[in-house]
Amino acid sequence: MEQITILEGRQKQIFEKKKGVAQPDIACDTSSLSGSVSQRACVFCGSRVVLYPIADAIHVVHGPIGCAAYTWDIRGAVSSGPELHRLSFSTDLQEMDVIYGGEKKLYHSLIELIEQYKPKAAFIYSTCIVGLIGDDIDAVCKKVAKESGIPVLPVHSEGFKGTKKDGYKAACHALMKLIGTGSTEEISKYSINILGEFNLAGEAWIIRKYYEKMGIEVVATLTGDGRIDAVRRAHGATLNVVQCSGSMTWLAKEMEAKYGIPYIRVSYFGIEDMSKSLYDVAKYFPDRPDIMEAAKAVVSEEVKSLYPSLQKFKKALTGKKAAIYVGGAFKTFSLIKALRSIGMSVVLAGSQTGDKNDYARLKEMCDEGTVIVDDSNPVELSKFILEKEADLLIGGVKERPIAFKLGIGFCDHNHERKIPLAGFEGMYNFALEVYQSVMSPVWQFAPRKGGIL
Amino acid sequence: MLLRHTSKEVKEREGLTINPAKTCQPIGAMYAALGIHGCLPHSHGSQGCCSYHRSTLTRHYKEPVMAATSSFTEGASVFGGQANLLAAIETIFSVYEPDIIAVHSTCLSETIGDDLQQITRKAKDDGKVPEGKYVIFASTPSFIGSHVTGYANMVTGIATQFAVSTGVKKNQHNIIAGWMEPSDMREIKRLSKELGVKIVLFPDTSDVLDAPQTGKHVFYPKGGTTVAELQSAGDSLSSLALGSISAEPAAIALEKSCKVPFETLDIPIGLTATDRFIMALSKVVGVAVPDEITAERGRLVDVMADMEQYLYGKRVALFGDPDQLLPLTEFLLDLNMKPVHIVSGTPGQRFEKQMRKLLEARSPETNFRNGLQADMFLLHQWMKNEPVDLLIGNTYGKYMARDEDVPFIRFGFPILDRIGHSYFPNVGYSGSLRLLEKILNAIMDRQDRDALEEKFELVM
Repeated sequence: MEQITILEGRQKQIFEKKKGVAQPDIACDTSSLSGSVSQRACVFCGSRVVLYPIADAIHVVHGPIGCAAYTWDIRGAVSSGPELHRLSFSTDLQEMDVIYGGEKKLYHSLIELIEQYKPKAAFIYSTCIVGLIGDDIDAVCKKVAKESGIPVLPVHSEGFKGTKKDGYKAACHALMKLIGTGSTEEISKYSINILGEFNLAGEAWIIRKYYEKMGIEVVATLTGDGRIDAVRRAHGATLNVVQCSGSMTWLAKEMEAKYGIPYIRVSYFGIEDMSKSLYDVAKYFPDRPDIMEAAKAVVSEEVKSLYPSLQKFKKALTGKKAAIYVGGAFKTFSLIKALRSIGMSVVLAGSQTGDKNDYARLKEMCDEGTVIVDDSNPVELSKFILEKEADLLIGGVKERPIAFKLGIGFCDHNHERKIPLAGFEGMYNFALEVYQSVMSPVWQFAPRKGGIL
Repeated sequence: MLLRHTSKEVKEREGLTINPAKTCQPIGAMYAALGIHGCLPHSHGSQGCCSYHRSTLTRHYKEPVMAATSSFTEGASVFGGQANLLAAIETIFSVYEPDIIAVHSTCLSETIGDDLQQITRKAKDDGKVPEGKYVIFASTPSFIGSHVTGYANMVTGIATQFAVSTGVKKNQHNIIAGWMEPSDMREIKRLSKELGVKIVLFPDTSDVLDAPQTGKHVFYPKGGTTVAELQSAGDSLSSLALGSISAEPAAIALEKSCKVPFETLDIPIGLTATDRFIMALSKVVGVAVPDEITAERGRLVDVMADMEQYLYGKRVALFGDPDQLLPLTEFLLDLNMKPVHIVSGTPGQRFEKQMRKLLEARSPETNFRNGLQADMFLLHQWMKNEPVDLLIGNTYGKYMARDEDVPFIRFGFPILDRIGHSYFPNVGYSGSLRLLEKILNAIMDRQDRDALEEKFELVM
């Protein structure tokens, strides 16, 4: 095994679970080290991905063209109706705008856009440069809102002002301004908001269907297949159900403080966590035992058909090892359980944005010998994949070709998933995708794992 | 329909860009730097920039793309990014061990006034650059030009910061690659070899972004122009710049710094652009064009003749980057097709004049616009007003193609939904033949699809 150095200053963000050794907390929630080949993105990216699925709003990127170009329809967040979110709008700031300010250009762009597209609202993202040249986008938004009569919401997402997580927060901040402005009449007492579900490949629809089968009203999905009017009345729900802890916990807390709506954290990946997310909601409404009965019925019906179909995958995959490197840590927990249910163990677990509590829990969950990393880079990932002889990498777009070059299977659990991985049917899809990739005949022709055939 | 909101009526817009036909400078600089062997591109800005560029290049090539970032924080944005860059240079050399770090700036670092020349010099003075290693740079603020000019700036940086003139000329010629695919660069090398011209090609992303599966993740794949080759470029007899926007600036800089005379040609896409390229090569070495290349040309002309009836008058809309659009437009005209609409987000009068000149002579009624608000929204509006038979452009064209039900050929950058561009060239006679095959397939598949049963032909 050739020696690969760990980036100096990164030792504290890497950790191997060992028995009988007192181990320090992992360092996380920090900016990436200058000079690292980080897999992370920026504040703007965080805001953009959270608000992106709101399909009847326009999303205007105020800055030079790149930020708009790179985020143009790259996330498969599906809409059942309008598709304004899939277009790319930019003020395309030029040198003169940087010198003299871009407010006027932003104003004109917004007026033109609102006239053209008649959206329900507009989100204005400020990028790095806007933070520097000092455009008062709040004032522009206020002016345009007044003239157009629709909410025009600034999103303060200057790339350098923190990590991707700060971008989530800026997005939630914009959402908070919308929530509370709609009518809550006729909302059932037995109602929830689904937070942190972005309807990638239609996942929110699957989840929604389960809850509706239980007799629960879903007021708003934030933000998958999102609509402005639904967001505006989200404060009428009785409970917030939060997935993707990184992006939406802040919003849930704010809504709790302002509207007294409690929240629970759930995950929709894997049989265990999916079932629990239904039961936990049912438990919240003890005066209606029929809801729990319905939840049990949903679970038993789904599992009855799912369980046998997973066995052929389990048989083939038992003993195979996986490496996980995804955005949020919460997802990692579910993935570990989901992988175990198809016979696989996890030898590397990491995330881009996990916090201290996440990593403490991860440490608890993982098997001995599992490597845990925060904000990793390709050198480290390759090193641990080879060392730990992983057969599968679960990650995002930048990790995919690394896995394939190393000759192991890959599953995209990020923006580029093409099939729903959430819910019970998602578990089947997940198992199928893992099976397809890990057991692919192509690996017979490839020198696997560092050149050994 | 995804673009159902696109209105037919074209109105002048004051600020807004909708569905851009360009992206920003830094990604071009990153792509160019990947064409140097053992080079790690470095993005001096927020970490999002680097992440976006790597993701886009990864999607385009389906290859790992390595690059580092200064990871700007709020502090750096107030006090300047010098400390970040110096720290970055130190960590990169000690951990990732490249031979070269190619730093490019971003809108953020340019606006706060970071001077890359001064900072990289300080890194050298402070001993942060190990012996035999290099740090080069290019200024690429995102609020100027486009990804194409960013590429040009980095290629110029490569040329000026490596090439030295020893006073003794070498029997070799530089070919400065405009923005093209690894497959195109490989083909340029093959053609030069056939003609017996010894060349230094830079940048050269072949064997970098089309690397084979080896069971290893190699940080620095075997391809890329080497430092020794780049240094010797100052002693070359001449330079051939392929592309007036993306390659010529480097040739001019090299003439200035090392007195290497240059000639600018189009990227050899299509018959006549390839003719000019082959003639130029044969002229510099003073040899006749080898039979094999003449035969390649003959095969292309043969197909053009065989299939001429399917091409005549077919109306085409195209969008993309200047150095590719010029020869492509010329090729379409040579094929007796009709370029109806042409759009490029890349600003610049040089390109505008060149395109206007070409169109004035051969297709004066063509709609053409580049620069601000020359975006896909405008192109789509034009297509609604004057429909076309074929659309050529990068992946983002698929929305328009679907909405207007027009056959579509992927060409340019980025291509996020098909493979092939890394492996099969569009340059040279055989590359042009492949492009022609694609054009014919698109048109004839459509003819088959739409044919009435009694008109559905077996032999075409």
